[in-house]
Amino acid sequence: MPGLERRPLLMDQSKPGRTGCTVPALDVPESPLPPAAMLRDDLPLPEVSERDIVSYFHRLSQLNYSVDEGFYPLGSCTMKYNPKWHDEVARLPGFAQVHPLQPEETVQGALQMMYELQQMLAEILGMRAASLCPMAGAHGELTGIMMVRAYHVSRGDKRRTKILAPDSAHGTNPATAAMCGFRVVTVPSDGRGDMDLAALQASLGPDMAGLMITLPSTLGLFDPHITEITERVHRAGGLVYGDGANLNAILGKVKLGALGFDVVHTNLHKTFTTPHGGGGPGSGPVAVGERLTPFLPTPHVAHRRDEHGERYVFVRPEKSIGRIGAFQGNFGMLVRAYCYIRQLGAPGLREVAENAVLNANYLLARLKDAYHLPYDRRCMHEVILSASRQKARGVRALDIAKRLIDYGFHPPTMYFPLVVDEALMIEPTETESVETLDAFVEAMLAIAREAEQDPEVVRSAPHKAPITRLDEATAARKPDLRWQPRS
Amino acid sequence: MPSPYIPNTDADRRALLEAIGARSVDELFADIPRAHRDPELRLQPPLSEAELKRELAALARRNAAPGEYACFLGAGAYHHYIPAIVPYLTGRAEFATCYTPYQPEISQGTLQATYEFQSLVCQLTGMEVANAGMYDGSTALAEAALMSCRITGRSAIAYTDALHPRYLDVLRTYLESQGLTLVMTSGASALPLDTAGVIVQSPNFYGCLEDMSTAAQAAHAAGALLIAAFDPIALGMFRPPGDFGADIAVGEGQPLGLGMSFGGPYVGLFATRTQHLRQMPGRLVGRAKDSQGRDGFVLTLQTREQHIRRERATSNICTSESLMATAATIYLAALGRRGLRRVAELCYHKAHYTAERIAALTGYTLPVRGTFFREFVIHCPAPPHLINQRLLEQGIIGGLDVSDRFPNAMLLCVTEMTTRQEIDRLVDAFRKAGGR
Repeated sequence: MPGLERRPLLMDQSKPGRTGCTVPALDVPESPLPPAAMLRDDLPLPEVSERDIVSYFHRLSQLNYSVDEGFYPLGSCTMKYNPKWHDEVARLPGFAQVHPLQPEETVQGALQMMYELQQMLAEILGMRAASLCPMAGAHGELTGIMMVRAYHVSRGDKRRTKILAPDSAHGTNPATAAMCGFRVVTVPSDGRGDMDLAALQASLGPDMAGLMITLPSTLGLFDPHITEITERVHRAGGLVYGDGANLNAILGKVKLGALGFDVVHTNLHKTFTTPHGGGGPGSGPVAVGERLTPFLPTPHVAHRRDEHGERYVFVRPEKSIGRIGAFQGNFGMLVRAYCYIRQLGAPGLREVAENAVLNANYLLARLKDAYHLPYDRRCMHEVILSASRQKARGVRALDIAKRLIDYGFHPPTMYFPLVVDEALMIEPTETESVETLDAFVEAMLAIAREAEQDPEVVRSAPHKAPITRLDEATAARKPDLRWQPRS
Repeated sequence: MPSPYIPNTDADRRALLEAIGARSVDELFADIPRAHRDPELRLQPPLSEAELKRELAALARRNAAPGEYACFLGAGAYHHYIPAIVPYLTGRAEFATCYTPYQPEISQGTLQATYEFQSLVCQLTGMEVANAGMYDGSTALAEAALMSCRITGRSAIAYTDALHPRYLDVLRTYLESQGLTLVMTSGASALPLDTAGVIVQSPNFYGCLEDMSTAAQAAHAAGALLIAAFDPIALGMFRPPGDFGADIAVGEGQPLGLGMSFGGPYVGLFATRTQHLRQMPGRLVGRAKDSQGRDGFVLTLQTREQHIRRERATSNICTSESLMATAATIYLAALGRRGLRRVAELCYHKAHYTAERIAALTGYTLPVRGTFFREFVIHCPAPPHLINQRLLEQGIIGGLDVSDRFPNAMLLCVTEMTTRQEIDRLVDAFRKAGGR
């Protein structure tokens, strides 16, 4: 990492008389301004030059670790390489500059792309139809559970007030269910990390609206009883929601629709390589089976062929839950995902899953002697280790994660899933080479040795980052969330 | 052809399998029920980067883009100038290809940029605290409505009929699933007793500024919160929501340097008062000290969020629009104190010039009274879809058909990017289209 010096905030850099942009001259006569009482007398924005802005944000960018810089094994986040030509395509004026409300005849290219992407995602997931409207994974979850709710309500079945979710679920699952007015019931996992079928059976009843399940699970495991689970939920009158966060493991290897899923969301910013942007933009299309197709959000893209010829149009599905955003989703991300799927095709997608799983199992094989492996079986696209052994020496998962920074790697996800003590969740993805994996393994083994011999060096890591560990407790107790003028 | 995104060679794969102790890759997928394993995927055959770029360029050319067309559409997405430094800086891989800044030691770039975003949104709106961004303006409004219900313990949201109809649709979708209700109100009618929040959009859907002071008084007198939906460019010249006692202020961030991109990605702006901080949805970045006493930034107050609080979180939002928030920050810095005011004034003068020219034509009138900013409604002598068809033939994308609101009406938008020549062409085309 380059030098450690920081720059003052924009408002502190401000100097009256500077500007970072020129503005066109007025080429029409002026109109009288509205009454002064409606106008603001001050606009307290910074005054900085273009040169200073570029220097400032350039410098800030250098304080980030990114996928382009190196290995980013953040479990459940699928931080794979983002192909560069996708960005070039998304920037074409015919995509980047189009107004969302233009007449349909002026956006046939965009609509065709969206229609084909809907079809491709539905095919990959084995579902009937897909909606591209959701703007992130959690937004897709919300859309999906809203559809589940609308489905039951449309049948006059208003008793279904609870949603089941396994104990390893992402926090977004219960939060989403709650946002749709459901009560959340947690289903425990068994000793192998799979869903406890007896516990599942006990929570099925006429008040159960559905089950939200991630496959493979957040333990990186594929539940071999999945079809039995979906059948039981269906028999009890519920629907099965699939959290597609871990889709990278099973692309082309199995279709979730065939396993009995009724609705699944995907994360284009994980599985389909759109850049994550430091926390978005994401895109979370949802795909649905037969029963939920009429409930898809508005708008949906349809293909029409009639006496006027062939064209693509926006439609409102028959029993649509309505709009979930002002327009039609994060189009710029859709373009990129479309490029990816078309370039890979079916054989390429299958290779993605196979290499992602192969890489994760390699890490498992090489690390399981140095770190505790809570579920001793083959994993899918990610391996969950536990630092419980190191904890006995006073070194926590957090410390190991921070020490990896000194070795030049982004830390894995930690303390998740909640059912594993001192969890370290490692997802290598298919885009990393065996040389990178080996370097990471060497770092992990070195840290395990340090935990034995020199635990303090691990506990006080990172030593080579622009800053050391931050006092998060004080930050939360006395929030400083914005620039304030110096008094 | 091997994939350019998968470095493993056949030899590598054999070596990895050997280390794992597996005979084949298939063995690793043994937990998938055999009957469903390796299904047929009906996708088009793979193509190279070069072939696909050609195909996509052809698709892009089938879309009319501003520049080749004069475009007078607004209604929630706006054509403003994007300074080159905005895409240049946000295009840096260090900003674009990193994850949510859960590891602050190696994410200070995103964190500090986000703190700047929160700061500048507060400066712009006159509010006390802003979050790190929502999906878009409409979902920010829906989250604000839910937040007002949590704060007041009430279950109805009031809105005026000049609210953007699509924002109303989104609001309805979000509220319905929680059993919350929506009621339409006008300034004069009394608010229902269980009103949690009153939504006032200014400029409203028709482009006009609303009387926010009166709305705030009415909301507060009823014990409800005022939720102000604002336009960030209008705040370059008009008084901000913080001045009027708004409790929550939300807006669409797209006009701040983001491309229209057929509807997204955009970013929702969301600000409130400090007293409501803990009911706020979304991410927040705060300033903190590191163990050596140096200033740094970190995600904070995460106990409101889904990954900690699960079903008791203030929202399920996780990934939002961080990179777009950084783009908006760079835009606000580039335009700055004088530039944003100038852009707002250019929109105002050009929109008024256009409206006057159109109103002077036979058969065209302005049916909505009030001070408008960069959008206004015109009444046409013929159905707008027919007029728009004529305009399109002349390379002009006309306004949004709002005939469901006013007979034969169209909502037009003019920004600093609209040239006088384009305005004159529009007026001329209207004259011809109306004079049949």
